[in-house]
Amino acid sequence: MLNLRRNLLLRAERFRDFGLLVFIIVLSLVIQVRNPTFLTLSNINTLLVNASILSILAVGMMMVLIIRGIDLSIGSTIALSGMVSALTVSLYPTIHPVLSILEGVLVGAVVGTIIGLLVSKFNVLPIIATMGMMNIVRGLTFLVSGGKWISAYQMSVPFKKIATGSILGINTLIFIAVVIYIIFYYFINHTRTGRQIYAVGSNPEAAKVSGIPKTRIIWMVYIFMGALAGLAGVLWVSRFASAQGDTAVGYEMGVIAACVLGGISLAGGSGKISGLILGVILFGILNNALPLINVSPFWQQGIQGAVILAAIIINVLVKRSNERMALRHRVV
Amino acid sequence: MDNYILELRGVSKTFPGVRALDNVRFDLRPGEIHSIMGENGAGKSTFIKIITGVYIPDEGEMLFNGKPVTIQGTNDSQKLGIAAIYQHVTSYPDLSVTENIFIGHEIISKRTKRLLWNQMHAKAKDLLEQLGASFDPKIRMGTLSVAQQQIVEIAKALSVHAKVIIMDEPTAALSNRESEELYRITKKLRDDGVAVIFISHRMEDFERLADRVTVLRDAQYIGTWDKEEMDHDRLVMAMVGREITQMFPKREVTIKKEIFRVEGLGRHGVFKDISFTLHQGEILALTGLVGAGRTEVCESIYGITPFDEGSLWLNGKHITIGHPHEALAKGIGYLPEDRLGQGLILDWELYKNVTLPVLDKFSQNGVLDTLSERERTKEIIELLAVKATSVFDKAATLSGGNQQKLIVAKLLTADLKVIILDEPTKGVDVGAKTAIFNIMGDLALRGYGIIMVSSEMVEVLGVSDRTVVMKEGRIAAIFETAKTTQEQILRAALGTSEEGLDA
Amino acid sequence: MTERKLLTERGFSFKRFFLQWEWLLVLIFLLIHIINSFLSPYYLNVGTFVRTPMTFLDKSFLVLPMTLVIILGNIDISVGSTVALSSVVMATAYNAGISMPVAMLICLATATFCGLFNGLILVRFKELPAMIVTLATLTLYRGIAYIILEDQASGNFPDWFSFLGWGSVLGIPFMLIIFIICAVAFGFLLHKTTFGRIVYGMGSNKKTCLYSGIRTDKILLWVSILTGLMAGFTALFLTSRMGSTRPNVAQNYELEVIAMVVLGGVSTAGGKGRIGGPILAIFIIGFLSYGLGLVNISAQILLIIIGTLLITSVMVLNMRISGKRKRSGFGSHEVGKNLTR
Repeated sequence: MLNLRRNLLLRAERFRDFGLLVFIIVLSLVIQVRNPTFLTLSNINTLLVNASILSILAVGMMMVLIIRGIDLSIGSTIALSGMVSALTVSLYPTIHPVLSILEGVLVGAVVGTIIGLLVSKFNVLPIIATMGMMNIVRGLTFLVSGGKWISAYQMSVPFKKIATGSILGINTLIFIAVVIYIIFYYFINHTRTGRQIYAVGSNPEAAKVSGIPKTRIIWMVYIFMGALAGLAGVLWVSRFASAQGDTAVGYEMGVIAACVLGGISLAGGSGKISGLILGVILFGILNNALPLINVSPFWQQGIQGAVILAAIIINVLVKRSNERMALRHRVV
Repeated sequence: MDNYILELRGVSKTFPGVRALDNVRFDLRPGEIHSIMGENGAGKSTFIKIITGVYIPDEGEMLFNGKPVTIQGTNDSQKLGIAAIYQHVTSYPDLSVTENIFIGHEIISKRTKRLLWNQMHAKAKDLLEQLGASFDPKIRMGTLSVAQQQIVEIAKALSVHAKVIIMDEPTAALSNRESEELYRITKKLRDDGVAVIFISHRMEDFERLADRVTVLRDAQYIGTWDKEEMDHDRLVMAMVGREITQMFPKREVTIKKEIFRVEGLGRHGVFKDISFTLHQGEILALTGLVGAGRTEVCESIYGITPFDEGSLWLNGKHITIGHPHEALAKGIGYLPEDRLGQGLILDWELYKNVTLPVLDKFSQNGVLDTLSERERTKEIIELLAVKATSVFDKAATLSGGNQQKLIVAKLLTADLKVIILDEPTKGVDVGAKTAIFNIMGDLALRGYGIIMVSSEMVEVLGVSDRTVVMKEGRIAAIFETAKTTQEQILRAALGTSEEGLDA
Repeated sequence: MTERKLLTERGFSFKRFFLQWEWLLVLIFLLIHIINSFLSPYYLNVGTFVRTPMTFLDKSFLVLPMTLVIILGNIDISVGSTVALSSVVMATAYNAGISMPVAMLICLATATFCGLFNGLILVRFKELPAMIVTLATLTLYRGIAYIILEDQASGNFPDWFSFLGWGSVLGIPFMLIIFIICAVAFGFLLHKTTFGRIVYGMGSNKKTCLYSGIRTDKILLWVSILTGLMAGFTALFLTSRMGSTRPNVAQNYELEVIAMVVLGGVSTAGGKGRIGGPILAIFIIGFLSYGLGLVNISAQILLIIIGTLLITSVMVLNMRISGKRKRSGFGSHEVGKNLTR
């Protein structure tokens, strides 16, 4: 009877991924019926390009959620890093785009370092630390930009080509996203430090006792998140050829929504890349398809909120029913 | 000349207000099973934490293989080859069994530092099979039962070629069958040259496993004996240090009519068919091994967790309890097992703790009358002889025994008919224990019905009128305490037949 | 046997009285006024002290229930969105023909319902941390506001409506009068009633409260309802002051409100803090903002300052707590234990 219980729980996890996949397929078909331009090569490409920035951020947020944290500041970090790199390009147009990217990553990493320090060493709650930083960094963005925008004509062609160009035939953004995923997939599944992230999230007290450098791990995760947000910032301003003070306001909600849809547990300790990819795709479909079936953009935030709420509640209900089933199979 | 693998000499450890270990000595030979026995609060867990490096001794020295060592943290003890398996499993429920085994010493490729999962899974499977377990190491740790998780912990110790394995109350949460498995595994470890220290206050473990036994009492080292030199009574004398009967007050018992009844209570996967009656003036002991489900039954009665089948009867009338406040309103109180986490608010003053269950009594239309709170608290605290300077003392500053009395004070402010005490003397020093027994006897005399959950056989025999023994979620037996013996209770708790205990 | 006399009265201790957080706040408060008066020669007059609070008092209604929320060990970041939604609903209702007084009631009802909704989810799904639930409702409530009004403004309220936010009675701003009444009510609730005692208890140790027969769900629901109701008040006063409303009003209110509560000495760990501190903090941050406005510092820089204040206050409070714990022989304490798993 113990085997039965084990099998059921194992299956429940696979089931979730499978169910999500089925849902995505069904949803796509429904949308396609309403608007046949949905499943065209060009639309799918747009969808993927849009989703790629989100997906880069989602990897970072997944790690943050695994260690039982949260990061509300990534929208502001995107804005700051984007603004800084855009400003640099407008002043030094000959700068190589790779350097611009590195610059953005550095800005993001600095923000992440500060947040990580606050959370891991000073025991500030992640929500407080990142809510505070969200506003500090946003304020800095306005300061740095002097309240002005950087627009397309101020950006060098190579810079703008970061987002519009292609590597090996695939759009650069998608390419970068895929590379990031491969790197982080390897990191969290096949390196010792990567697994320690899961350990810290699964049982922080045991991690401390087993000699896992819990403080350093937590710090590191926030630095990664910041760096990824920094990268996303450069890609963002390149893609939209514009850097503004209010870039990416509220974007963190979408990232969190994608993670939650992908089954990342809010209690920490678990989350798989496969689920994350499905969550990102589903979220990308929602964003892409809603305008196609004539849903007004003003509905977007409301739907997002409803989706997050529904997803977290469903996750809880599924977990509860699993536990109840497991208990039922225990013979007393 | 004996070559000991581990030796402690003159080790002492003090915490604020408490002397946890006092000039303790200890020696451990390789390839032996050495049992540490003692009552609650004797110092066993502090002893283990010093060996594993969680605590650093204030005085004394430790020698490993004859050489002096300082163990300042779990990393040091692990490097020496000391591994510990605790009662509360310190594992990672979301990670796989293999990961739990190899965490901290993963198998990696020398060149790329990549984790070599295939090798680790294979090795994990191998270790598990050596221990007689057949489950797949790839599954999540959280899906395993407690017994299986313990086996994984042992596999973990084996994977680091531990020379000393410490087991803390290993059979506490295990069924009879699982305990047998554990005994077999432990003996095999010993035969392979590993030194095993196990802590237990259960005779059964001592009988089946120990080669030698060391007894601690009240933070002091009492002695070390070979198994052959020791028997039940001598061991109990060493642990308790006094004639057993002296501890318990003589009670004049007049048991009146039925006050509370449980019929056919059950909760899926936890307990089933629980039925017993409680009378006014009676102390009913609820005993069994840890994990038998006693606390779960009490929490269902008290309204913390719902039950799926059965009924409750108070004074002959059927009642339903959906929440602790209903239980209290109907006259059923509960002193929880986790005194600090569920019984008290440590940051709060005494008077605030005492009045918490019945704030309505100390307020008018919701407005608090702190003067009446403080005065009533003063009355009750003086009645129970709680050692404190003023009602403004924080609960955290009290000793364990006084904290327990404080929770009893809390219960007494409510109008109760039935009081459930869950391990009331756990972690309480000897003097306070007697005081608590006196209080219980007094309450019984006043007509309360008392249910006492206890794992201490001695306590159960000394205080209760009747004993309900639970085993693996069901009632194994109900005895008239005066007419039963420790052996009978133990046998019912373990579910063994006549020969089981002396094998 | 000695008669043990237990003390039921506690003498007055100067040290204990003056070593409190609130005195530090009073000092900072005075400091701000001193600095401000150097920044503007016209600062020190009665008019300033009467009119300036009207610029920040609207959000201060939220500080009162948020104090309860944080003492309880929870957090609520959806309050800004609740304000926006109820304001938008009121404006839409009025402009659809409903009388203004009724529209105002609808505003309060909407806000209270938003709070109740939060509370219901928290109570039914205890596995979900308050942070995540209110993060979801933050998005949902404001999202609904956008669905209703899109990017339009709505207003055209009757003239008398502006009295709420702009009017005075006997020289004292109406908002201030209502705020004082609410502050006194909340102070009484928190410090003198069983309800308040239970809030402190749940923030310190929710389990013990449950085992002591406290109906923790009921308390949580009431705190959520109060939060919603006060958000409704904020919506009324804010809308009255602005004369119209849009779905993007009250952005960042949650940041400022939480900053005020934390600056007021209420620790995110729960179970600690008094009402006086956050009230002082309201005026500190309010007059600080005003002073910064005098030297033309932009709103964005103000955000930086408030964000920094928030983080610094939490850090200082945490260090105070772990210092106290170490001294009394405890182990280290997770600040925010109720906000994570």
